[in-house]
Amino acid sequence: MTTAESAEPLRGAAARLAFVEATKVYPGRRTPAVSNLSLEIPASEICVLIGPSGSGKTTAMQMVNRLITMTSGDVTMDGRSIAGADETELRRGIGYVFQQIGLFPHMTAEDNVGTVPRLLGWPKERIRARARELFELVGLDPDEDLRRYPSEFSGGQRQRIGVARAMAADQPLMLMDEPFGALDPITRDRLQDDFLRLHKEVPKTVVFVTHDIDEAIKMGTRIAILREGELVQYDTPDHILAEPANEFVADFVGADRGLKRLRVWTLRDLKLEPAARDGIAGPAASEEASLRDALSLMLVEGVERLTVLDERGAAKGTVALETITRLIGPEQPAVEA
Amino acid sequence: MITAIAQGGPVIPHFERASQCIRENRQFCPDWFFDNFNRVFAPRLVEHIELTGIAVGIGFAISFTAALIAYTRGWFETPFSLVAAFVYTIPSLAFFQLMVPITGLTVTSAEIALVSYTLLILFRNTLTGLRDVPEDARLAARAMGLTQAQILRRVELPLALPAIMAGIRIATVTTISLATVAAFIGVGGLGQPIFNAIQSGFKTQFVAAGLLAVLLALVADALLVLLQRGLAPWTRARKA
Repeated sequence: MTTAESAEPLRGAAARLAFVEATKVYPGRRTPAVSNLSLEIPASEICVLIGPSGSGKTTAMQMVNRLITMTSGDVTMDGRSIAGADETELRRGIGYVFQQIGLFPHMTAEDNVGTVPRLLGWPKERIRARARELFELVGLDPDEDLRRYPSEFSGGQRQRIGVARAMAADQPLMLMDEPFGALDPITRDRLQDDFLRLHKEVPKTVVFVTHDIDEAIKMGTRIAILREGELVQYDTPDHILAEPANEFVADFVGADRGLKRLRVWTLRDLKLEPAARDGIAGPAASEEASLRDALSLMLVEGVERLTVLDERGAAKGTVALETITRLIGPEQPAVEA
Repeated sequence: MITAIAQGGPVIPHFERASQCIRENRQFCPDWFFDNFNRVFAPRLVEHIELTGIAVGIGFAISFTAALIAYTRGWFETPFSLVAAFVYTIPSLAFFQLMVPITGLTVTSAEIALVSYTLLILFRNTLTGLRDVPEDARLAARAMGLTQAQILRRVELPLALPAIMAGIRIATVTTISLATVAAFIGVGGLGQPIFNAIQSGFKTQFVAAGLLAVLLALVADALLVLLQRGLAPWTRARKA
């Protein structure tokens, strides 16, 4: 794989990933856990695999780093089959983050993060520099935290270290198996936000397993919905919410899928109407706010128009209540800025 | 000494010139103890440390190897445990005596018995330590591309270390205690002055040797605790 040669500093290598009729049948089972899964994930995308338990999402993910051996089919990274790669070499090139985190309790945070670079034979100074860089990226203090042991961190901090560890060798692909599932809602929300920000800076290809549709919508640039080992729908969050492929998907995303869809978009994504000339009148919201928050604000304030503010807090334009409600109405026009 | 017992009274060295404490054969006479430490006790103490060190060292080498085999090949656990548990039940005095016809009145006889007594605890603790390594740490190691050997060396053994060290501590303290019995077959150690004192009735020597054995056990245990802290600094890290 392509990890050892990555240049300093972290530059965000990203691989193209494809499942090609990948199938897994566990011994003694009649129905496959994953059945003929074909899926292409372009570089730097966050692809969420979601489905009820038993849908095969974790099995599908673990085929990629061969924690699970495929029965038939293939998975390719940048066009190269993973089946031919050396197992340990393959895994050193793929970051892995999971719910239980699995930090090594006997190693300092720095040594945890440096695990794969050490295996790849990096010099000490380079590992140290990378650990410092990653700690800043994931929101930990490089001066204080690097020398501490995992037991000295909170759950949220531990998962930050887990994420840093999975990127330490600039792995072009990250597998994340319900990474934030064990955290309390507030911490989970913060880590999700921070991960999305991190992904903007270092846009790796990510396969993200969850059973939480809200998390899928928030994190995914693409969502693959699985059911009993089969791919039911693979599309952007917006399309899945707007046009669920069948009853199962519609049920799965929930009756409030219209409102959920509003969370996918921010006010910046809308074509705004001109602002009133005499400045800000009535309630206002940042252009970073989701349409769902904007709608909520208008309903709470009892107004039909909202002023949209740019980063500096100046009025950028206004948006009408109707513009937003029309998006989730029967016509469902495409959102266009 | 045999004659002394036949004559009926305790044999106390330098009786005429001895202090009041000695002449009355009180429980413990510090002045005699300190005057005679280098002559009576120091060599026996050194022998005792050697007996213990060799027994725990060899016992650990055998148990550790056996535990590694049992860890990867589960079937090995039961037969080794059975043998180790069986020898553990043999009364120590009988075990030492049992070895004499085979290996004679030698240190080898003593060591075979002492090593045998360490096996059960060292084997159990090492194997339990390895098995108690958190599954998530093992999965993380596998997923990051560590080989089986690297997982054992870099993850499993370091994490099993506290359990292994706990076993070594118990084995060491037990062996220090048992090694006094080894004097029965004449291989020295702190058991020697105790045996002599039992025969002569000289209380100070008896008490002093016993106390030295206890002291040795405490010191050895403390040193092992320090060693463990040095080897496993993470066990002292404060919790978040």
